[in-house]
Amino acid sequence: MAERRAKGLLADAPRLLLLGAFAILLLMPYIWMISASVKPLDELFRASLNLWPERFHGLENYGKVFSQIPVFGYLWNGIVVCAGILFFQLLFAVPAAYALAKLRFPGRDFAFGLVMLGLLVPPHVPALPLYVAFSKLGLLNTYAALVLPFTISVFAIFLFRQFFKALPDELVHAARLDGIGELEIVWRVILPNAWPAATAFAIFSVVAHWNDLFWPLIVIEGQSRATPALGVLYFRSDEAGDDFATLMAAAVIMTLPLVLAFLFAQRRFVEGIATTGLKG
Amino acid sequence: MHGLSIQSVSRHFGEVRALDNVSLDVAAGEFVALVGPSGCGKSTLMRIVAGIETADDGRISINSRDITALRAAERNVAMVFQNYALYPHLTVRENIAVPLAMRRLSALERLPLLGRIKPGFSQKRAAIAEDVGKSAQALGLGALLDRKPGQLSGGQRQRVALARAIVRHPDAFLMDEPLSNLDAALRVQTRREIVDIHRRVGAATLYVTHDQSEALTMADRVAVMQAGQLLQVSSPEAIYHDPQDIRVATFIGSPRINVLAAEADAAGFIHIAGQPSGLQAAPGPVSLAIRPENLRLASSGIACRADGFEFLGESLLLHARHGATKEALIIRLAPEAPRPHAGELIHLSFEAKHVLVFDRHGKRVALRNHIAQHQEMTLA
Amino acid sequence: MPEAVAAAISSPHQASSRRLLRGEALVGLLLNLPAGIAYGLMLLLPSLATILLAFTDYELGAMEWGWIGAANFEEMLEDRGFAIALRNTIIYVGFVTPISILLGLGAALLIEAGMRGRALFRAVFFLPVVSLTVAMAAAWQYLLHPTIGPLNAFLRQLGVISPPYWLSSSDWVLFSLGAIGVWENIGYNMVLFLAGLSAIPRELYQAAEVDGTKSWLDRFRLVTWPMLGPTTLFVLTITMIRSIRVFDTVAVLTQGGPNKASEVLLHTMYKEGFTFLRLGYSAAITLVFLLMVLGLVWLQTKALDKRVHYG
Repeated sequence: MAERRAKGLLADAPRLLLLGAFAILLLMPYIWMISASVKPLDELFRASLNLWPERFHGLENYGKVFSQIPVFGYLWNGIVVCAGILFFQLLFAVPAAYALAKLRFPGRDFAFGLVMLGLLVPPHVPALPLYVAFSKLGLLNTYAALVLPFTISVFAIFLFRQFFKALPDELVHAARLDGIGELEIVWRVILPNAWPAATAFAIFSVVAHWNDLFWPLIVIEGQSRATPALGVLYFRSDEAGDDFATLMAAAVIMTLPLVLAFLFAQRRFVEGIATTGLKG
Repeated sequence: MHGLSIQSVSRHFGEVRALDNVSLDVAAGEFVALVGPSGCGKSTLMRIVAGIETADDGRISINSRDITALRAAERNVAMVFQNYALYPHLTVRENIAVPLAMRRLSALERLPLLGRIKPGFSQKRAAIAEDVGKSAQALGLGALLDRKPGQLSGGQRQRVALARAIVRHPDAFLMDEPLSNLDAALRVQTRREIVDIHRRVGAATLYVTHDQSEALTMADRVAVMQAGQLLQVSSPEAIYHDPQDIRVATFIGSPRINVLAAEADAAGFIHIAGQPSGLQAAPGPVSLAIRPENLRLASSGIACRADGFEFLGESLLLHARHGATKEALIIRLAPEAPRPHAGELIHLSFEAKHVLVFDRHGKRVALRNHIAQHQEMTLA
Repeated sequence: MPEAVAAAISSPHQASSRRLLRGEALVGLLLNLPAGIAYGLMLLLPSLATILLAFTDYELGAMEWGWIGAANFEEMLEDRGFAIALRNTIIYVGFVTPISILLGLGAALLIEAGMRGRALFRAVFFLPVVSLTVAMAAAWQYLLHPTIGPLNAFLRQLGVISPPYWLSSSDWVLFSLGAIGVWENIGYNMVLFLAGLSAIPRELYQAAEVDGTKSWLDRFRLVTWPMLGPTTLFVLTITMIRSIRVFDTVAVLTQGGPNKASEVLLHTMYKEGFTFLRLGYSAAITLVFLLMVLGLVWLQTKALDKRVHYG
C-alpha cells in the first residue's frame, strides 16, 4: 500500500484480469445493444452468439429510427428541460444559499430548517397535487410542467451553503469595504467563486433529470414535448413491437449524448457525483 | 555492529536524486538527529529504514542482520509519525496494543470472536495487556487508556504514538519530526521527555527534524543532510564549532554565520577585500566564516557601516554591511553595549581561533599560521 | 458632559451600524425570496396537500369528494396488491443494497490497489449511472429475452434445456429486476467508496506496516474498513433510498407483471393515481413510501451518532 511505485505487469496481472472480467460483465448490455442495432431482424431471431453481423444492417436500422420518430425533437426537449431546470435551480439556490451561509437576517434558522426538511422528502411526494394543479391550469404537455416542479432544489441550497460556509468571511467583508453593494456581492464575488460547486451540482442535476421517467410519464402525452426517456418508451411500445434491431438502434441514439459528454469530461463527472453524493 | 547501519543507500525519484550514496551508523543506545532543510531527503531515508519505502541501491542492517529485503512488518523497527498516525477508531489502549497483537497473535486469534475459543489465548491477551499498561504508565497515559484519539490533545496524542512505538522493545526507533505539530512551549518540554524515553528504551534512535535547535539539544550526534547528501556527522559541539563544510556552517546556528569572500595569495596569505588579514591557508579563493558572537567592535579591523539593531533580551544583534563588498554581517553584542547609530563607520575584530576557512568547493581548510591562533586579528 | 460627548460620537456610528444590519437582513430576506416562493409552491404546499389527500376519497374528474378518515389506510391493509408491492419492494431493496455495495466496494478496492487502468475501469463501472435508464432497460429486455436473447442463447449452448423466462416468469422477474438494479448502482457506490478511500491518510497504512501487519487482509481490517465506516454507512442509506424508489425498470419492462410478481411501491402509487385516477388512495401509498424513507434516514442518524464517527 505504501509502496506507490508501479508494480511489475506480471504482479499486477491478477488484479487487471479480475477488473477486466468484471468490466466486460458490466458492459454486456452495451455490447449486445450495439451489436443488435446493426444486425438485420432475421439474424436476431436466430439468436446466434456472434457479435459481428453477417449482414450489416446498421444503416437501415438507424435510418428507420430517424424516419419513424422525431429523434432530434426528443433530444431537443431533453436539452430544454435539463437546461431550464438547471437554470432555475441555480438562480434560486445560489442567492438563498449565500444568504443562509453569510448573512444575518431574521428567520434564517427557520429557513435552513425548511431546507433540511425538504431534503427528507423524495420528489414523488408532491407529485399528485402538482399533477392536479397543472391539469387544472392547463399546463399538462408543456415545458413548464416538466420544469416547474424541479426549479427548487433544496439539495442545491444545502450543497451551496456548505460550500459558501467554507469560503472565508473576509471575502465578503473585503467586498463591502471596497464599496460593493450587498446584491452586487452575490454575482460579483460569490458567483465567480461558486464554479466548482456549480459544476458538480450541474452534473448531478443533468444526470438525474435526463434519465427521469417518473414525472415526464405523468405530465406528458404524445410526442411534441416528450423527453428522450419517454421517446424510447413510446418507440418501444408503438413502433418497434418485437423489432429489437431498431429498438436497440433507438436506445443507442438516446443513450449516446450523455455518455459522450461523460466520456469527454470523465473526471469532472466522477468528482461531481462523488462530491454531491458525499455532501448529501 | 550493534545498532542500525545504513550503507551506501541511494534513491532516485525520476531525475531527482533524493538520496545520494548515504551511509550512517547509529549504535545501540545512541540518539542521532538527522537534520536538514525540507526536501533534503531525510524523511525518505527514514522511510527506507522503516521499510515503507525502498532504496534503489545500498544496504540496511540492524544488529548485523541485513534487513534490506525484509518488509516493514518483519523488521522490528518502531516509528513515530509526524501527525502520529493513530488509528482513530481504536482506544488508546487498543492503539498501543496493535504492534503486540500483530506480532504475538496468529491471524485466527485476532478474529473478533473465534480467537476467544482457542486455548492459550487468554494468557497471551493478559501478557499484552500488561505490556500495554507498562508502556502507558511510562508515558503517563494511565488515565486516558479508554479514550479515542479524537478526544485527546496534540501532546497526549504524541505520547500515545510514543507509547505505541516503545511497547514492543524495538531494535531501532525512528521519529519523523514528532514535535512539529505541537505548540512552541510544549515542544521544548517534550524534547526532554523524548530524550528520557530514549535513555530508558536504549534502542538505536534516528530522529528526523528540520529544527536545528532540536537536533543540537537532543542528540548524541547530529547528521546534517542537504540535497540528498550527508555533509557531516558529529557531536552537536563539533557540528557547531567545527563544521567541515560551509553548508553545515551556514545551516547550523542562528543567526546565520557571517561569511566573507576572501583570497589567499601565492604565499597563502589571506586578504579580505584587498586588505591583508594575517591569516594563512592554501592559495586560491576562500570563504571566511565567523559566528556573530565571535565578532566584536574594535577601534580598527574590518571596516563596516552599522545598519540597525535587534534587541533579543539576553543579547543585542547589530546588523552591518562590509564597507567595500557590502556583504551583510551580524554581530552579537551584550545587551547593554553602546549602540553605534545607523550609517556610522565601525570596525570589527575577531580571534584567529574563531575563524573557519573554506576552499572554493566549500570544504574546510586548515589555517597554516598556528602561532597566530590566539592572536587578535585586527587587520591593519 | 463627557458622556454627552461620547453619546454624540457614538450615536451616528450606532445608527449606521444598525442601518447596515438592517440592510443585511433585508438583503438576506430578499435573496431567499425566490427560493422561498418556489419552495412553498412546488414542495411544501403540494406535500402537505398529499398528506390531506390521503384522508379523502378524491378521484380526478369526480364531482364530489369527502373526508374518509383512515379508510384509505384500512383499505391498504386489505389490498393484496399493495401487500405484494410492499413485500416486493423490501425484497428488491434487500437484494440490491448488499450486493451493489459489496461489488462497488470490491471494484473500488481493486481500482485503488494499483496504478494501471484506473481511469478506464472507473469510467466503465460508472457508465450505467450516466446511461439513459429507459434505453438501457430496453437493452436488458433484449439481453434477457427468453427466445432471442443472448443470455438464454448462451445458456442453451451450455446445455440448459429450458432457460428461464427472466422477465415474464413470476419466479424470476424480481430477481432479474434486482440484477439490473445492482448493475445500475455499482458504479455510483464505487465512486463514493473511491472518494472515501482517497480520504484515508497514507500514513495510517505506513503505521500499520511498521506495527507489523503482514497481509492485505490485516491492513484492511485495521485501517481500511474502520476508516471507511462513515462512507459505508452513507452508501448503505443512499443505496436503500435509491432502490426503494425503483420505478423506471418496472414501468418499462414488466409494469408490475406477471400477475403482480414485480409490483413495487412507486409503481402501485403511479397506477392508482394516474391510471385509475384514485388520487386519495395513491396519496396514502405515497405517505407509506415517505415514512419508509424517513425511517431509513432516522436509522442512519442513529447509527451515525453511535458508531462510526471518530471525531
